[in-house]
Amino acid sequence: MKDRALLPAALLLIGIIALPLAAAVPSGVSSLARLGEDLNLRRIAANTLLFSGVSVALELLLGVPIALLLHRRFRLRGGVRATAILPWALPSAVMAMSWRWIFSDTFGIASDLPMRLGLASQPIPWLGLPATAFASLIVADVWKTTPFVAILSLAALQTIPRDLDEAMAIDGGGPARRFFMVTLPLLRPALAVAVTFRLIHAIGIFDLVWVLTGGGPANATKTLAVYVYEQYFLFGDRGYATAITLATAVAMFAISVAMGRLIRGRAPA
Amino acid sequence: MRRAPFILLILLIVAWSAGPFLWSVLTSLKPAHEVFRAPPSYLPRALSIESYTEIFERRPFGLYLLNSLVVAAGSTLLVLLLAAPAAHRLARMRRGRAVGLERGFLLFALFPPAVLLVPLFTAVRALGLTNSHLGLILVHAALNLPFAIWTLTAFFRELPVEIEEAARIDGFTPSGLLARVVLPLAAPALAATGILVFIFSWNEFVIALTLIQRDALRTVPVGISMLSGATVYEIPWGQISAAVVLTTLPVVAAVLALQRWILSGLTAGAVKG
Repeated sequence: MKDRALLPAALLLIGIIALPLAAAVPSGVSSLARLGEDLNLRRIAANTLLFSGVSVALELLLGVPIALLLHRRFRLRGGVRATAILPWALPSAVMAMSWRWIFSDTFGIASDLPMRLGLASQPIPWLGLPATAFASLIVADVWKTTPFVAILSLAALQTIPRDLDEAMAIDGGGPARRFFMVTLPLLRPALAVAVTFRLIHAIGIFDLVWVLTGGGPANATKTLAVYVYEQYFLFGDRGYATAITLATAVAMFAISVAMGRLIRGRAPA
Repeated sequence: MRRAPFILLILLIVAWSAGPFLWSVLTSLKPAHEVFRAPPSYLPRALSIESYTEIFERRPFGLYLLNSLVVAAGSTLLVLLLAAPAAHRLARMRRGRAVGLERGFLLFALFPPAVLLVPLFTAVRALGLTNSHLGLILVHAALNLPFAIWTLTAFFRELPVEIEEAARIDGFTPSGLLARVVLPLAAPALAATGILVFIFSWNEFVIALTLIQRDALRTVPVGISMLSGATVYEIPWGQISAAVVLTTLPVVAAVLALQRWILSGLTAGAVKG
């Protein structure tokens, strides 16, 4: 049978991901009831949702305009495009160290620059206070993942026939009108894919949080994945760690199904 | 848009995107006493490569690099070996059936690695493969396989089926056809996909952090995150910056080389859907 070609790939995925996930379900389910009693978890889930919502919104607001700019023809465009997509390809955990250095209160450039510009009178302890630590996390994440939205938008822009835009221009449509009437509707399927992936990955964020803030100060930046890690590797509570994992996975699956409906429902295939 | 604001915006994008990397480059080239100067100097007053020599002489950075190389190369090889035949088959199958199977594969890419952490760790421990590069290679391969199948399927669909039909008439067996006709034609796509999978494995943190506990086996991202001193004033930021630069440099080179492909080939599937 020809479909044998699919077998080794399927076996690896089933063996390494599907079976372990299925095997974890019973121990997770028996601890599901504890989710409701955990006040820490409520705070951490709220952190995660706030972080994901704000980050993904900012990535869309920045990613689409960046893609529109990079879609134009100009000299050195290849180099500029490569630089713009660079953060997406760089290792999160490694660049998180770079951001930790940038946000350092005594020696960091993010603390020094506002003082030189006269915007602050003393060093800002970016990672030392709950609100600024949360903001730092969002800045570093937006830096890292806006390129992903820009990449998908740019690829979609390249498939839009130029005559369509030109026809609108001849009909007297201004740039803003052309963007909202022609470009944005045609971008929508790509944006829906981008938002789905980004939401799911933002909710599952670990590397950046772990290295940049460790979840602190005082749990202010702790996210679900970091909490799961602590429950399992610090407290050895496998059942509870799995329960949170299952609840998160179900939420992610629901998001992707809902977004999938949205893509198919609104855009012609 | 007028020329001046356009150029200004492009410069802003470049500065913002390259900024953190460039700041690490500048920090890595300062002598130790200048790294810990408050307020910081923006351009190094004196250039020094001591941070670079120190991470190799006083830290096991060379070992971390070697470990990362072994894991990334191993998982990339495994991914291509499994993905190429599967993707070719999917591309030559009836479209409706292929889409269903492709979705099945992509479902595995839905969850970020941190979410799969507990089941993955339990499974690898049950296999007795914690603290081994093989365990990490298997997990990285499984995590990246769906992506590779997806991009390669999109590529094989663009490849004219007539070439394969002609080769079949010439007497090639199915496996001979794949090895001697299809894969050579797919070399550029295999290389591009392979380089990206290599980068993803090179970059991966949370699984490597948990599966590998022995320092001598650690990969670069985990090793860097653990470079530390006793107090805030002892965190070796010069060395860390040098390690950041050396770890990200190959990725920078790969992105410069693959920019065009990332913006067209990689996303073909997502956009044309």
